[in-house]
Amino acid sequence: MNRSPLAITILFHIGIVPISRTVVTTWGLMAALTGGCWIATRSFRLDAGGWQAMIETVVIAIEEQIGELLNRDATPFLPLLGTLFIFLVVANLSGIVPGVTAPTAAVETPAALAAIVFLSVHFYGVRIQGLGPYLKGYLRPNPVMLPFNILSELTRSFSLAMRLFGNIMSGELVVAIILAMAGLLVPIPFMAFGILVGLVQAYIFSVLAAVYIGGGIGVIEK
Amino acid sequence: MTVQMLSIIGAVVAVAVGSISPALAEGRAITAAMEGIARQPEAAGSLSRTLFVGLAMIETMAIYCLVIALLLLFANPFAR
Repeated sequence: MNRSPLAITILFHIGIVPISRTVVTTWGLMAALTGGCWIATRSFRLDAGGWQAMIETVVIAIEEQIGELLNRDATPFLPLLGTLFIFLVVANLSGIVPGVTAPTAAVETPAALAAIVFLSVHFYGVRIQGLGPYLKGYLRPNPVMLPFNILSELTRSFSLAMRLFGNIMSGELVVAIILAMAGLLVPIPFMAFGILVGLVQAYIFSVLAAVYIGGGIGVIEK
Repeated sequence: MTVQMLSIIGAVVAVAVGSISPALAEGRAITAAMEGIARQPEAAGSLSRTLFVGLAMIETMAIYCLVIALLLLFANPFAR
């Protein structure tokens, strides 16, 4: 227990930019996902085979979930939210592979993802509502609430990042502590619980991102 | 008592006390959702989705306590 979970492991430098272990893992996951999707979607036909049917089921399920949450056509939000969900599932579960640390167990990856969600709320809000009506939304229910609305924008993004980081990191920390105390086979139930937590947190992150975007475009009351 | 000892006690108290009320609140939320699903099984989909979002909101309190504890243990500004 000498290594802090907040510490950053620097692997190498590109110019003056330090590249941490988390970034390298994220690049690996991105390459695997992009390559996997490219190979999987290359041979799509009208009469779907088993593999294509599975992918279509996943995409349609995500689209239906977003549509039910937002009560409108989910097509504009599917690329962002679907990618977010699939990346988070793979990233949270990558901690199981020996030698790989989940990138979401370090504070910078969840912070970056929460920043993407924070910016996309304003992007979709301005694009769908228009700039004037979107900014007027901050004065509701009355102009006294303006500082609180801005404060809640910031704190909910912070808590979005901290929730993901805290859950994934604490799962790995618990496994490390149990391993130091007990021995070989004892941490396995905790690792199995870590799989469940990883999946649930990926779902919660995506659902909350969808709810925040829904608040931004005015279909869900904040 | 050194700053290190105080930080460790503070971290333990933050996690232990700070997780009491979120645990109670999550229990109540799940009870209410279970009753709702038992009474109206066809609403299970939207109920469980709302339950997950609500649980995440409640859990945020416990996560804040965890962050404070981690800051006390690993990034303490007073223990340098």
